[in-house]
Amino acid sequence: MVTPTRTPTREPSDPGARAPRPLLAAVGALLRNGWRGLTSMRTALVLLFLLALAALPGALLPQRSLNQDLVDQYFADYPWLAPTLDRLGFFDVFAAPWFAAIYLLLMVSLIGCVLPRTVEHFHTLRGEPVVTPRNLARMPHHGRATLDVGLDEATDLVRARLRGWRRAERADGAGRTVSAEKGYLREAGNLVFHLSLIGLLLGFAGGKLFGYEGQVIVMSGGGQFCNTGILGYDSFRAGLRVDGTGLTPFCVRLDDFEADFLPNGQPDSFRGTLSYQSAEDVKAGRVDEWRTHQLEVNHPLRVDGHRVYLLGHGYAPRFTVTFPDGQQRTEQIQWRPVDQATLLSEGATKFEPPGVTDEEERRNSQLAITGLFAPTSSGGPVVTSVFPGLLAPEVAVDVLRGDLGLDDGRGQSIFQVDQRMVESGELVRVARENLVPGESLTLDDGTVIRFDGVEDWAYLQVSYDPGQHAVLVFAVLLLAGLGLSLSIRRRRFWARLTPTDDGARTVVELGGLARTDRAGYGEEFDRMRADLLDRPTTREES
Amino acid sequence: MLAELATYSDRLFVAAAGIYALAMVLHAVEFAAARAKTPELVGAGGPDAEPEAAPTRSRADRFGRMAVALVVLAALLHAASIVARGVAAQRWPLGNMYEFIAGICLAAVVTWLVVLRRTPASRPAGLFVLLPVLILMLLADSVLYAPAGPVVPPLRSYWMSIHVSTISISSGLLLVAGVASLLYLLRRSALLPAVTEKLPVADTLDRLAYRITIVAFPLFTFAIITGAIWAEAAWGRFWGWDPKETVSFVSWVIYAAYLHARATAGWRTGRAAWINAAGFATMIFNLFFINMVVAGLHSYAGVG
Repeated sequence: MVTPTRTPTREPSDPGARAPRPLLAAVGALLRNGWRGLTSMRTALVLLFLLALAALPGALLPQRSLNQDLVDQYFADYPWLAPTLDRLGFFDVFAAPWFAAIYLLLMVSLIGCVLPRTVEHFHTLRGEPVVTPRNLARMPHHGRATLDVGLDEATDLVRARLRGWRRAERADGAGRTVSAEKGYLREAGNLVFHLSLIGLLLGFAGGKLFGYEGQVIVMSGGGQFCNTGILGYDSFRAGLRVDGTGLTPFCVRLDDFEADFLPNGQPDSFRGTLSYQSAEDVKAGRVDEWRTHQLEVNHPLRVDGHRVYLLGHGYAPRFTVTFPDGQQRTEQIQWRPVDQATLLSEGATKFEPPGVTDEEERRNSQLAITGLFAPTSSGGPVVTSVFPGLLAPEVAVDVLRGDLGLDDGRGQSIFQVDQRMVESGELVRVARENLVPGESLTLDDGTVIRFDGVEDWAYLQVSYDPGQHAVLVFAVLLLAGLGLSLSIRRRRFWARLTPTDDGARTVVELGGLARTDRAGYGEEFDRMRADLLDRPTTREES
Repeated sequence: MLAELATYSDRLFVAAAGIYALAMVLHAVEFAAARAKTPELVGAGGPDAEPEAAPTRSRADRFGRMAVALVVLAALLHAASIVARGVAAQRWPLGNMYEFIAGICLAAVVTWLVVLRRTPASRPAGLFVLLPVLILMLLADSVLYAPAGPVVPPLRSYWMSIHVSTISISSGLLLVAGVASLLYLLRRSALLPAVTEKLPVADTLDRLAYRITIVAFPLFTFAIITGAIWAEAAWGRFWGWDPKETVSFVSWVIYAAYLHARATAGWRTGRAAWINAAGFATMIFNLFFINMVVAGLHSYAGVG
């Protein structure tokens, strides 16, 4: 920003442009004028507006990248509008070609403006301050006096006052002139700011190409997860250049999880005790050595350039089924919260009968325990949850028996049974009961189902973004450049020293010019003038 | 003890709002009593600029000075209210919409007092600066009020104090800049000449808007960067186009456009002021609409 001398929209008029000329030259002129137009400040302004305008739908319309459910809801609410919006990319604004077109044009415009200016600034830095104008009285800031000192002494005074300025002295008739300039860092800051924007965009793009994030639920009490492939994740979002192979194979294990709530049910703290092995540990075969990390919200685990976050938590009831032949099976799988305030959860824990060799029989005697889990039950026949902490857990379960439909090749939710199997009568409810930990129920065939207890699970996210360090560095540079370009004033100062005829005294004439908008150079110039000219031995002339 | 302190904080807040309202009334009287300024008088509003004029200070001037004195008093109460809330809740007192708006308003008022100290001639605009402040405070106290209490775990980070404080301060600064730009546009237009000619001269308003914006813009940039750093630790990514992030980006781009417009021939004055006003509009939009209507990660900062 603040590009005071940015190419002031040069008129793309070329006197010879209309005259007939070879095609090549015409194309050349077109390109040149197009380039000038693109890199002009006015175009940059228009593109900035377009960018702001184009980003707005990203906030006002539901976005797929944030919440697919809201997008589906929008489709249901506005069936006449949503498909059109979708075709135009309004549900993925920040991935839409028109959005990319705007910022890429802006970047091209920026490069086209900033690179020539960088070269120009480089030359300015190597050059000398400009020659003193003939008539300093015409400068916005001016002063003149005769000092009772000789030329050399007067020059020394000026030099001393201009310490820290870039100076050039030139002979001027019998006397000499001093040109000085200060505030070069303003333009440097301006350029750093704009170049950092490019770096920032590249870092961002790098993250989108080579980064990924995946979410996984890990059971407390020793649940493990290793970052070996996409299949280990419950959901995974890959960067454009990520195919899911060659992931860094670190491992984490959730030893313990603790959630604390305030009496009103508001979450107070979530803490997971995490053990982990870096990819190096795994490679070196140190499989028994685990490092620990206290995983909290705002305190992710950082390992091997990856970050492991705690995003959420819930409960997994544990059931043990004792089949009529005495065999036992224990299952524990996460149930999902349906109410975030009380963590009332629903789910389906599914069992296969053990030791059944007949396919048909095996398929028809599968069991599912479905229903609701309340961490703090209200008691009474209808189980609801009154508090998200684990104070008085209770489940309200339906036990279903029959064909769960697990073998038909279709994927199915781990939180529900397939309703089609229920509707077709292949899966029937055989019991409905409320259970507290330790309680059990018995089915008609003598199968006993016991509700053993509850374990916490944590919803973890693994994120990898190789571009984020670059983004941070460029963001800091950007801020520094911005600060310099907005706080530093570029100003020029000239002194013309002319000895009087007798050589004993020197006429000193000063001029000052601020090179930036609203610079407020006046006060500084007045101080300099006072320091140089208001001496007891001075005769003020103007 | 802490509950009492929370009550005191609430009372101080209401008292501050009441005194701001009173100051507004005095500013209004000043405004009504003032005669249109002739350009020569501009800049002579300072305390002792014309010593011999002091005994016969005009009525408008006296009311204006009283109004400013009240604003200083109210700002002190306002600050005390915020400090008391922080102590009562035992955390950084910018954890919900009510506290956030209280912070923005204090920042705006302090900005305005600094402006007055530097350019006393701006004083006739006081009415128009206090108006949005008072509206925001009334909204905060009625619709958005939340009792002092602890915040959810994601908000417990030292980044919250850095990010939300700098966002509040820059929002407060931009509020004053936005008002200055709007008054500038009003002053330049031919509308309501009887009212507008009592405002500070157009050039003063324009310079005011620009000077505040070049302070606020880097601060706002810093605030967005700290927000990104915090989001990286709390949400798993530094930037995710969450609605609040998106509208902050829009505001940032618009203010960037403002600074560019200031350096472009033909855009320097009127158009630049429109852009500044648009930037201010997006800040307000971000404050209310995004927090209260659109669901996003920042929503927990809003009301239930």
